[in-house]
Amino acid sequence: MDLFEYQARDLFEKYQVPVLQGLIADTPEQAEKAAAKIGGTVVVKAQVKVGGRGKAGGVKVAHSPEEAKAAAEKILGLDIKGHVVKRVMIAEGAKIAKEFYFSVLLDRSNRTFLSLCSVEGGMEIEQLAEERPEALAKIAIDAVKGIDLAKALEIAKAGGFDGELAAKVAPIFVKLYEVFKKEDTTLVEVNPLVLTEDGQILALDGKVSLDDNAEFRHERDDMERDALDPLEAKAKAMDLNYVKLDGEVGIIGNGAGLVMSTLDVVAYAGERHGGVKPANFLDIGGGASAEVMAAGLDVILNDPQVKSVFVNVFGGITACDAVANGIVGALEKLGSSASKPLVVRLDGNNVVEGRKILADANHPLVTVVETMDLAADKAAELASK
Amino acid sequence: MAIFLDQNSKIIVQGMTGSEGMKHTQRMLKGGSNIVGGVNPKKAGESVEVDGKTLPVFGTVADAMKETGANVTVIFVPPAFAKAAMIEAIDAEIKLAVAITEGIPVHDSAEAWAYNVSKGLKTRIIGPNCPGIISPGKSNAGITPSDITGPGPIGLVSKSGTLTYQMMFELRDIGMSTAIGIGGDPVIGTTHIDALKAFQEDAETKAIVLIGEIGGDSEEKAAAYIKDNVTKPVVAYVAGFTAPEGKTMGHAGAIVSGSAGTAQAKKEAFEAVGVKVGKTPSETAALMREVIGSL
Repeated sequence: MDLFEYQARDLFEKYQVPVLQGLIADTPEQAEKAAAKIGGTVVVKAQVKVGGRGKAGGVKVAHSPEEAKAAAEKILGLDIKGHVVKRVMIAEGAKIAKEFYFSVLLDRSNRTFLSLCSVEGGMEIEQLAEERPEALAKIAIDAVKGIDLAKALEIAKAGGFDGELAAKVAPIFVKLYEVFKKEDTTLVEVNPLVLTEDGQILALDGKVSLDDNAEFRHERDDMERDALDPLEAKAKAMDLNYVKLDGEVGIIGNGAGLVMSTLDVVAYAGERHGGVKPANFLDIGGGASAEVMAAGLDVILNDPQVKSVFVNVFGGITACDAVANGIVGALEKLGSSASKPLVVRLDGNNVVEGRKILADANHPLVTVVETMDLAADKAAELASK
Repeated sequence: MAIFLDQNSKIIVQGMTGSEGMKHTQRMLKGGSNIVGGVNPKKAGESVEVDGKTLPVFGTVADAMKETGANVTVIFVPPAFAKAAMIEAIDAEIKLAVAITEGIPVHDSAEAWAYNVSKGLKTRIIGPNCPGIISPGKSNAGITPSDITGPGPIGLVSKSGTLTYQMMFELRDIGMSTAIGIGGDPVIGTTHIDALKAFQEDAETKAIVLIGEIGGDSEEKAAAYIKDNVTKPVVAYVAGFTAPEGKTMGHAGAIVSGSAGTAQAKKEAFEAVGVKVGKTPSETAALMREVIGSL
């Protein structure tokens, strides 16, 4: 999960990375108050998780609380590449002498961490990497050893910092690595890291991505999260692995790979049936009990866009008879609220028993089809009607 | 033959006494795997009765290896303890550690991997977040159902568990030398390339099915490796053509960010080196049938 800029700023502050004052505001009045509290020149910055907000009018300098209020009025509600601004950060102004770049991230390709650093900051890193690749240092970081002061100096020097400046930024790199490690992140980026006219180093803007798998060892209950689609929120409350997409065929399957594959197969079938598409990703995982199946069907059937549902299960650990019982039980539980046709494909463990249960139940909404390809075709056909 | 796991594999289970560990120990035994014991520091010295077989519980992997001659460990411990379990296996220098656990923080996996590298890679890690490895008719270390298919000439390597099962099922009349699920996490111990290299060297394996999915560059690297190093026929499948950018599709590693990690790019990388790519699992199986038929 990516953090908002103000959340990254707060994390930096927690680890004594030098940052400027920053206060959040959800209304122009709050922005005015925040600017008065900080005093002097401030910057009003849209809090959206998308690049290019400056060009889109999402960042404005204000020289007084009144100006900050006016700026917030303009920025709040702004649509930046599909992200509507709900919150701004009022940040203390700084007199910048030089801008630099620093990040540390998970390097999946090499199964380790990587630090990127350049004394030439201030532009998008992709642009720097393309235009002046020699100016961007890439230093592999051992996941056990991390970044100590010696490593930090090595990174700074490789990034083109001279002796005095390197000595100034290196301790900050060490602290930023602490953020990276202790907060279980996959990315900590500071762009720009700046040298002010009075000789201070400051992290002016930051991007942080958290590892969802590590949530269990952090207290983040009160952190602002992205507003979820209502169906995604419902699925999350039921502990389902669900992603809403824009289509007509609801999908339920077991195992992430098989579900991804099911989406593709349905999309191909949809090309033959008026261009219908998969409506969602939903992986019910290994234990497909009646309860999980009912919860999954409940979410999908409540998607007004869905016209048919494809249940695609390969019984590995899960037995097909348990899945079949799950489907029958779910339909019973949902009663008349289940109104859309279901195409079911079962294979693997106890498939004969599973298909028999569905045949015996003889539910008018359920069609059992033998193979994944044929079932996808049937589901797409039903959705196109 | 077969790769990484065969009839001589002696398996221990870390987390055997937990509910998942117990369930799958039972299933592996039923499937014919030679399970010789379990590890749980709190229950060291005790033993567990599984389907008429008495399995001793040891305090550490090293103890279990000393007493039983085990050369494979399967890890079922919860995410919070998985790093310690992997490091214990690495310290004991066991030949193969199969980490089934799903949901391990990536810093933990990365640390375990860095530790393994620093110790000279004496332990092959498969996973985490994977179904494990099966050499049908010989041994099964993990949660793959033992009875989908029997021994045969096809080697299978896949990021996804259920797609592994699906492909074994599609090709069940031909059979597999070994099927490995390498896992869908960003940091994993055994890659597509590691499996390709082993299958290329394995006399029993005549052809290879490679299953990939969106995210990372493992498939692109595999394609480059095939071009220079693999003479056996390879057929590939990639899942996730319809996945939108920026949404994680179930696996922690299955995410398209910007232009990186798309299914289309992976498909093109394979086709550029002459590897046929199936549009669906069944089409991929059909391509493999053609290959086997022409051998």
